[in-house]
Amino acid sequence: MGALLEVTDLTVQYPTRFGLFTAIEGINLSLEPGQIHGLVGESGAGKSTIGAAIIGLIPSPGYVAQGDIKLLGQSLPELSQKAYHKLRGAKISMIFQDPQTSLNPLLTIEDQLVETIRQHSGHSYQEARDKAVALLIETGLENAQGRMSEYPHQFSGGMRQRVVIALALCTDPDLIIADEPTTALDVAIQAQILDLIRRLANDRGVGFLLITHDIGVIAEITDSVSVLRGGKLMEEGKTAQVLGHPRHDYTKALMAAVPRLEEKLDRFANILSDEPSLPTPELLWKVDGASDQFATDWLLAGERHTASDGPVLSVRDLDVTFYTDRQFSLGKGTAVRALQGISLDVQPGQVLGVIGESGSGKSTLAKAIVGLVRPSAGRIEFNGSELPLGRERARTHPSRRKIQMVFQDPYSSLNNRRKIEDIIGEPIRFFDLARDKGEQRRIVASVLDLVGMPQRAMLKFPHQFSGGQRQRIAIARALVARPEFLICDEPTSALDVSIQAQILNLLKDLQAQFGLSILFISHNLAVVRQMSDHVVVLKSGKLMESKNSDDFFAGPGDAYSRRLLAETPSLDLLLGA
Amino acid sequence: MLTWWRRVRIENELIYLFLRSPVTQVAAAIGLLSVLGALFAPLIAPTNPYDLASFDLLDSFLPPAWVEDGDPRFFIGTDDQGRDLLSSILYGARLSLLVGLSSVAFAAVLGTGLGLAAGYFGGRLDTIVMRIADVQLSLPAILTALLVDGVARGILPREQHDELLLVVLTVAIGLSLWVNFARTARASTFVERNKEYVQAAEIMGLHPLRIMAVAILPNILGPLMVIGTVDLAVAILLEATLSFLGVGVPPNQPSLGTLIRIGTEYIFSGEWWIVIFPSAALIVMIVSVNIMGDFFRAVLNPRLR
Repeated sequence: MGALLEVTDLTVQYPTRFGLFTAIEGINLSLEPGQIHGLVGESGAGKSTIGAAIIGLIPSPGYVAQGDIKLLGQSLPELSQKAYHKLRGAKISMIFQDPQTSLNPLLTIEDQLVETIRQHSGHSYQEARDKAVALLIETGLENAQGRMSEYPHQFSGGMRQRVVIALALCTDPDLIIADEPTTALDVAIQAQILDLIRRLANDRGVGFLLITHDIGVIAEITDSVSVLRGGKLMEEGKTAQVLGHPRHDYTKALMAAVPRLEEKLDRFANILSDEPSLPTPELLWKVDGASDQFATDWLLAGERHTASDGPVLSVRDLDVTFYTDRQFSLGKGTAVRALQGISLDVQPGQVLGVIGESGSGKSTLAKAIVGLVRPSAGRIEFNGSELPLGRERARTHPSRRKIQMVFQDPYSSLNNRRKIEDIIGEPIRFFDLARDKGEQRRIVASVLDLVGMPQRAMLKFPHQFSGGQRQRIAIARALVARPEFLICDEPTSALDVSIQAQILNLLKDLQAQFGLSILFISHNLAVVRQMSDHVVVLKSGKLMESKNSDDFFAGPGDAYSRRLLAETPSLDLLLGA
Repeated sequence: MLTWWRRVRIENELIYLFLRSPVTQVAAAIGLLSVLGALFAPLIAPTNPYDLASFDLLDSFLPPAWVEDGDPRFFIGTDDQGRDLLSSILYGARLSLLVGLSSVAFAAVLGTGLGLAAGYFGGRLDTIVMRIADVQLSLPAILTALLVDGVARGILPREQHDELLLVVLTVAIGLSLWVNFARTARASTFVERNKEYVQAAEIMGLHPLRIMAVAILPNILGPLMVIGTVDLAVAILLEATLSFLGVGVPPNQPSLGTLIRIGTEYIFSGEWWIVIFPSAALIVMIVSVNIMGDFFRAVLNPRLR
């Protein structure tokens, strides 16, 4: 059988005001029917641009500068707009990342499916409807007949993604481009959707082009894979071979950066330092007397609680209940119990990993500890003394300095309108930690040095930095308060794997150096595995399990934890060989 | 210096787009010209229309200089009292811009402050402020302005009222404009409030006032600037309307609205220039301010580009 898709020497360019920007360059790939080909790479690698080029929807003003795309022997760039449009519906379909936005919220799924089917075939309404039901059953939607007349918001995330896949199958396409189809979903649902994709490829002989940043997903279901970086093809081949025995340096570094479930490493080794290299004058710029050594000394000079007996933080029977807002009315609105009877301890100098899927209440736990959310019952003790809850905690309470937090989204956790110097300087100024302006400047520069940023960064604004660099700045801001306890709420989930490895390394180093106690929150089991000494699992606001990290990953006691662990995509299959 | 300019020209969004929008450039030039003309009116105006000794009733109703019977001393003619129209327009624009800018500033401070507090604290304060805003919004701007002016006339003695007329006018117009600022500031604050940098400041225990002023305010300035520019046009127009109705500036200090009112009385007796030139000046000024407002909006909202 001939190749389904043949891409040769594809180059896409965007004219910008800074000059011509080449998004992808000289890409080759081919796909057989029934195969799943993965495109993997970090942000900016050009994975989505390849998908858009194949389907002919490169956002203006971009264009295909060079190369050819052949679908079943038919060259696509040569087609007229009209012919392309027809082909797009009939032969190629697309599945997007967010099922929330790829369905029309105002139409029932019956309307959406039937309309699509009838657009591309001469079916009568009833025939089209029968086909739609059959497709929904094929994609594993329960009670498909009954749910046809429902609206997208009535479906859960995973079910919605099944509907999107059914929609993509409406026209019996030969090729489906799936752009991060499981990124917005929890692991359990991700596993189901991946199963479905694999099954469709086998049963229907549809070719899938699977675009993702997640190596675990690639390892789990693809037959072959292309590794991309900066718009160029790094390595290509059978998945087992590329991931198992990577030849290219970049693939090796990428594999090294993927956190493993099987064992806890002290550090990630051999990872890329791919922060864009700065011109030398930028690196030479120094504040007088500032160095990472100075930062270390300064941070260690802070007074420190040295009670070695008992936990740093201890939470007892914590309940958080949210009420819906009703102004000027008596009584409270409907209650949502976000946390129920949570008890946990963080030992000095240890890292407690908190695992939970979305909606499990893990962020609420962090907010309750720092006082942003008022618990309805329970106690929080810090260094043996009870912390006032919620608004009752005075603004001058000493724990305000001793507990610091690193947030998930580095794009919103830094104020875009302030210089880095002011952002990092704020805690120093507020907690009165420096004698004068000069010392404050020296501390800011030194701490930047400590987190691996050039000192000159302090003169710039957040938007001039990448996500990973911003997260380093956010960590610096938390550090200068000389905290004893650090809460990290999904600190790496917005970052690429190689950057994630860098940030995790940084956190490990800092933890070892300053003996910080950390509450590390994540949905990613592998990341928690790498960071934690002790693990707790949350589900729908309840504590499912609390266990020593090694024991937990060797064999979780709770059924839910076991399922969670089993469904996390892993590289075992490849690396066992 | 030149390379610096070249870099700024490309990297700065605002300048880059400005250099590619001839319409905005023309509007900005006219706006600048109006401001300069208003600012330096005493230096460039041929006569001082506020000085009773400087004009003569015998010169009244003279047509523009290029028309038959025109007088070269008065380039675009004179009004019913013999005042040079060109000078009147320059001084009038000065007054219009002064009232416009100060009432927008008044509205911006009041509205942004209330909107910021409502958005940040939420709850009851938010409900109260926004209900007041709703009531304010249901009153036509002219009515609010007339009301404030009427109350001021009732409270203040006559001489003092004339002295304070500009202040009264500013407050009257400002009061009818603050709602826009308050609503925009509140909506933007709601968005910013839940961002993590605000939470970071709250965890540290920073004072709410500092969080609002240092953290949130700079991040919501963009949309407020658009409102400010658009409202400047509205304020100038409101002032002209009030003056046209005779409740605005004192009659011996003609603003553009006063001149237009005087002009309308003579439009049918053939003295067209008295109404045409002040009206043209007002229209050009307002259109150019509006174009600049639209430009700001387009720059700040990439989806409109």
